Amino acid sequence: MTPLERAREDWYPVEIAGALAAGQTKATRLLGQDIVLTGTADGSVTVTAGGEDWPVCVAFDHVWTSPSQTPRPLFEIPEAQEKERRFVPCGVVRVKCSPLRAVENFLDIAHFPFVHTDILGSEPYTEVEPYKVDITDDGAEVIATKVKFFQPQAAKSAGGGIVTDYVYRVPAPMVSILYKTCPPKPDAQDVITLFVQPLDEETCDVWPWMALYDYDSTMPELIQFQQMIFLQDRSILENQKPRKLPLDPKMEIPTRADLTSVAYRRWLKRNGATYGALTDAA
Amino acid sequence: MNFTLYSYILSGNCYKIRLLASLLGVEHETIAVDFHPGGAHKSEPMLALNPAGTLPVLVAGDLVLSETQAMLAWMAGKFDASGTWWPQGDADRTAQILQWTGFAGTLTATIGDLRLHTMLGRDIDVDRARAGARTALRTLEAHLAEQVLCGRTWLVGETPTIADIACFPYTALSGDAGLEHDAYPAIRNWLYAVRSLDGFLTMPGIHALHELREGETDHG
Repeated sequence: MTPLERAREDWYPVEIAGALAAGQTKATRLLGQDIVLTGTADGSVTVTAGGEDWPVCVAFDHVWTSPSQTPRPLFEIPEAQEKERRFVPCGVVRVKCSPLRAVENFLDIAHFPFVHTDILGSEPYTEVEPYKVDITDDGAEVIATKVKFFQPQAAKSAGGGIVTDYVYRVPAPMVSILYKTCPPKPDAQDVITLFVQPLDEETCDVWPWMALYDYDSTMPELIQFQQMIFLQDRSILENQKPRKLPLDPKMEIPTRADLTSVAYRRWLKRNGATYGALTDAA
Repeated sequence: MNFTLYSYILSGNCYKIRLLASLLGVEHETIAVDFHPGGAHKSEPMLALNPAGTLPVLVAGDLVLSETQAMLAWMAGKFDASGTWWPQGDADRTAQILQWTGFAGTLTATIGDLRLHTMLGRDIDVDRARAGARTALRTLEAHLAEQVLCGRTWLVGETPTIADIACFPYTALSGDAGLEHDAYPAIRNWLYAVRSLDGFLTMPGIHALHELREGETDHG
């Protein structure tokens, strides 16, 4: 199976649910193929690619599609069922980088003090303490736990600096979900996700989504906090060379803080999920 | 509160108002408007405030401003005790500052548009915007290079003015639109000077200068 064939078996986000009016169309791309979305009278969307209808589902406030008529089941986020959370689709941002690089950046905390200065990190609190990374027994997910980091403003709802606990899940090659300390509700965790639509191997549309306990901030404030964070990353992501994610350990030297990234790269390789990756040292 | 700014976090034009406020130490309130994905700047309450449907909008009592040049001039006129950011009394100098705050509109219409396209997928005439952006950057580079030859750092005169603040954001953000600064050394030098100002404020895509610790050098 080629990397593209493997990638064509997954679901991908292509629009926010309810954004297209009946009859309204939107042209976009997925895995190098042109597709057209059309809003339907019942508030749903159809997706066609070269005359062929693709399956569609709605989950986590987004419309998902797949080039396969029998895609792998979409991963689950149990917190999406918790009605007291606020669900925040943050819109889409285009980034000229491999979809895998976008996910990997989301998994990294060492860059917080330098890229998200005085928000998600600050100097001199740059040390990443040891944490734990596992691949689930069925091999389906990468999970990082016991991640701790000092953050001046961990969330829109955070009043001041706190040590934030993080858990990361990678349930599909182009999806990352993080759970982090929820400042106003210490017994719960906020959920922030990155859903990535691969336009091709070196360009992606990124759809951040959040499920939060924050009843004070306005919706625009929540969205703009997340956009601020992600757009700070964008200029860094676009400058990473090579654009594709190198899987050969000789090409980029990891440190201990990069444990999640190392596990993610290995997991991609083992699963043949290498669309957007460089598999041989160039 | 001195004023209220209706703002979008990724907008270079909203940022220039927050930047000057930060440089002058002017406290204000910011109201987030959902430009993307919500399109709330074209909503009824916002159109009632600003029929042009643009951001930012500045409100101070009965005063409502929707043009960024006017906001910069108002803020400098009202809060800059030094009188250097928007100097009066020299017609030539005042006109030069207006010349460059006007030029900032060209930067918005070219680099700003291109950035909305590459980042948020807005439908625009890409070739026109890219050609316009290159011309604008060359114009700015030529002027700043000339200033450097005269021993100056800023767009007009010996000190930073609202002209620098007006032109800074979209020039600094051109990388977001795929236009790098490699070919524009004078622009790079000037961007560095603005980022070095006391009270400088960042926005996504414009990073802070990394503070050097004692014993470190610029090259280490």
